[in-house]
Amino acid sequence: MPKVKIPRKSTTVDMTAMCDVAFLLLTFFILATKQKPPEVLAVTPPSSISSKAAPDKSILITFTQEGKVFLMLGDDTKKGDIIDNINSSKALGLSPQELAKLKKTEFIGLPFNKLKSALNLSQEIPPAKMDGIPVDSTNNELADWLRSVTNVYAGGDQKELEKILLVKGDSKALYPVFKRIKESFKKNDIFKFRIVTNGEDVPIGSEVYNEAKAEK
Amino acid sequence: MAELDTSGGGHKKGPGVKKSKKLSTRVDLTPMVDLGFLLITFFVFTTTMSQSTAMNMNEPKDDPEQQMKVKQSGAMTILLGKGNQVYYYYGEIDPATISDQFKSTNFKNIRQLIVDKKKATPIGDLMYIIKSDSTSTFANSIDILDEMSISAVPPGHYAEVDISPTEKMLINETEKANSIK
Repeated sequence: MPKVKIPRKSTTVDMTAMCDVAFLLLTFFILATKQKPPEVLAVTPPSSISSKAAPDKSILITFTQEGKVFLMLGDDTKKGDIIDNINSSKALGLSPQELAKLKKTEFIGLPFNKLKSALNLSQEIPPAKMDGIPVDSTNNELADWLRSVTNVYAGGDQKELEKILLVKGDSKALYPVFKRIKESFKKNDIFKFRIVTNGEDVPIGSEVYNEAKAEK
Repeated sequence: MAELDTSGGGHKKGPGVKKSKKLSTRVDLTPMVDLGFLLITFFVFTTTMSQSTAMNMNEPKDDPEQQMKVKQSGAMTILLGKGNQVYYYYGEIDPATISDQFKSTNFKNIRQLIVDKKKATPIGDLMYIIKSDSTSTFANSIDILDEMSISAVPPGHYAEVDISPTEKMLINETEKANSIK
């Protein structure tokens, strides 16, 4: 009887297709991830158990460890309106060129009286050398900025505004700075805003943890 | 596929022409795939990790005519001081029993105290009053609000209030006694 020959098959699999998929995914992830904008202001926010993600387009008030306050108006179309509004309401007397330059800067960290001269410098002042926006009880310029913000957002957008108003502060900053920022909000009748924090897990065994478990 | 035909078209070579050895052009792609997936895993993990979150803040309207009255039995005042120290007392401070009332603790132990108070008090009377000293940090005031949500204290049962001179003095005295810098 003739032996039935079983053809030997190679065990090597063609990897090309798999390789293609792997690199396709890799390329996708690299291109799809949004790079964090480079942090010009070194700020480490405190942590909280809140799990809501911070919105991207926001009006962000940052305060550093030394207590300097900076304002970022986001990349919204409203940024121009806000700057125009503050220019007229506080009579800053900025020329159209200066206004255009101000609209291009990422964040504002100078008192009103230094704004005009800083815009005429050939080089931008590095954030570490900026004075910050004054928030003292006698000279609260942040409240003026926020007034312009509310003016621009006036009419129907109040809820929208509450969602994008963010305060980000350094953990080591002293409490009075935060208190003065809260006061500037209150002066403009804004009672709701958000605080940027680092996400943290709910501690096991705590009340919220047990409640969440009971719901499941 | 990643192969090239190296058979030379199949036509016969003349006599005397040595047949060159056929070399496969197939490359082992396994390490490349490994590397690809390793990088994917790396990117997936690193991108989802650092997500900054936002905590909601609701501030009350400052209205001197609408001061909320709090029952003494249900009130717990939490004071934040220098060096991540926490001080607390129940009810109202009484000059006669000041040393018994005013106690100091830290962020680790305050959670249990908050929960204990919550369990011992009818929910309608419960009120936590948070006061931050000017030497406490921003992180402290956020942490204590976070403690409130960790202990599931319903909103409206805790509030931030300005510190009084007496309390400021008490904190200073305690800090001096415990040599906290």
